[in-house]
Amino acid sequence: MRLSFLAAAVLAAAPALAQDLRGPDAFADIADDSARSAALFAEMGKVLTHPRCLNCHPVEGGPTQGDRMQAHNPPVIRGEADFGAVGMNCTTCHGSRNVSFTGSPGSIPGHEPWALAPISMGWVGRSLGEICAQMKDPERNGGKTLEQLHEHNAEDGLVGWGWDPGEGREPAPGSQKIFGELTRAWIDSGAACPS
Amino acid sequence: MIHLTVNGREMSLDVDPDTPLLWVLRDELRLTGTKFGCGVAQCGACTVMLDGMPRRSCVTPVGMIDNASVTTIEGMEGPEISAVQAAWAASDVPQCGWCQSGQVMSATALLRQIPKPTDEEIDHAMGGNLCRCATYVRIRQAIHDAARTLEG
Ligand code: FES
Ligand code: FES
Repeated sequence: MRLSFLAAAVLAAAPALAQDLRGPDAFADIADDSARSAALFAEMGKVLTHPRCLNCHPVEGGPTQGDRMQAHNPPVIRGEADFGAVGMNCTTCHGSRNVSFTGSPGSIPGHEPWALAPISMGWVGRSLGEICAQMKDPERNGGKTLEQLHEHNAEDGLVGWGWDPGEGREPAPGSQKIFGELTRAWIDSGAACPS
Repeated sequence: MIHLTVNGREMSLDVDPDTPLLWVLRDELRLTGTKFGCGVAQCGACTVMLDGMPRRSCVTPVGMIDNASVTTIEGMEGPEISAVQAAWAASDVPQCGWCQSGQVMSATALLRQIPKPTDEEIDHAMGGNLCRCATYVRIRQAIHDAARTLEG
């Protein structure tokens, strides 16, 4: 009985999860390429503006943390290498994977590597149109072509951490797979930006 | 089996890989100089050197650091730790002492990288080490004193 209840719960949960973030098919009926492209980016924006991404994409200073994007505690700074202060790098606390606390609920997030996005890739408080322009600009996106951007969104481990953030943190909407597919479809339709 | 070098001694440990390093140090190896304060990376009392860099041992499962080299306060050597020790003693930095092994580890790590840190650099590097006795002013002074000694 219990097993079948679990199976039902899993079956029910799967489509609900996918619905958070619509795949490219949901936009197929927008005939105009540029309008479809902008709509695809707006869907990607659900991920880009989620706290899992925003916390480490600040426009200045250090990271925020948690689902409410509070100040990082302990206090940390960006540092010259986007990796914290000399003497207190991110890796003083963050390991190569998420680590559950022993004896209390919650976890400390981790991944190898673990660092802030550079300032040029900060987008807290920016509009989706501004984030889009920034993401496409090799001067500000770390010299990436659109193809490399797709690879980053679809394959990068630290991007993927957003969907596997450890106990006590809400995952980014959808999945990295859908996010990658949206990025692909956005690029193929001309990589237009929402206004 | 987990393989670690602790204070220069190679060892194989038959422990659950999820066990935090802090537990292994204190309970298995009886290296009790490293303290437990919070268990959630908020206080710095459990700081050790992991492959030469400071690391909070309470959030470091040993399975994550197989083959690493760990140095605790008991195994620290070199000019920076000696200067820190002398400066700490000269200024009577500790009060209850609970946080101090972590403070000393962080201060030493800072001086190894910045021989003459500014107040700001000290505050940034030491910001994760809490002291419930509020010895912060003496800590900062002692780091400056240690830096002066190191200058020779
Ligand atoms: S005991 Fe590890 S940071 Fe507090
Ligand atoms: S000396 Fe008491 S906690 Fe720091």
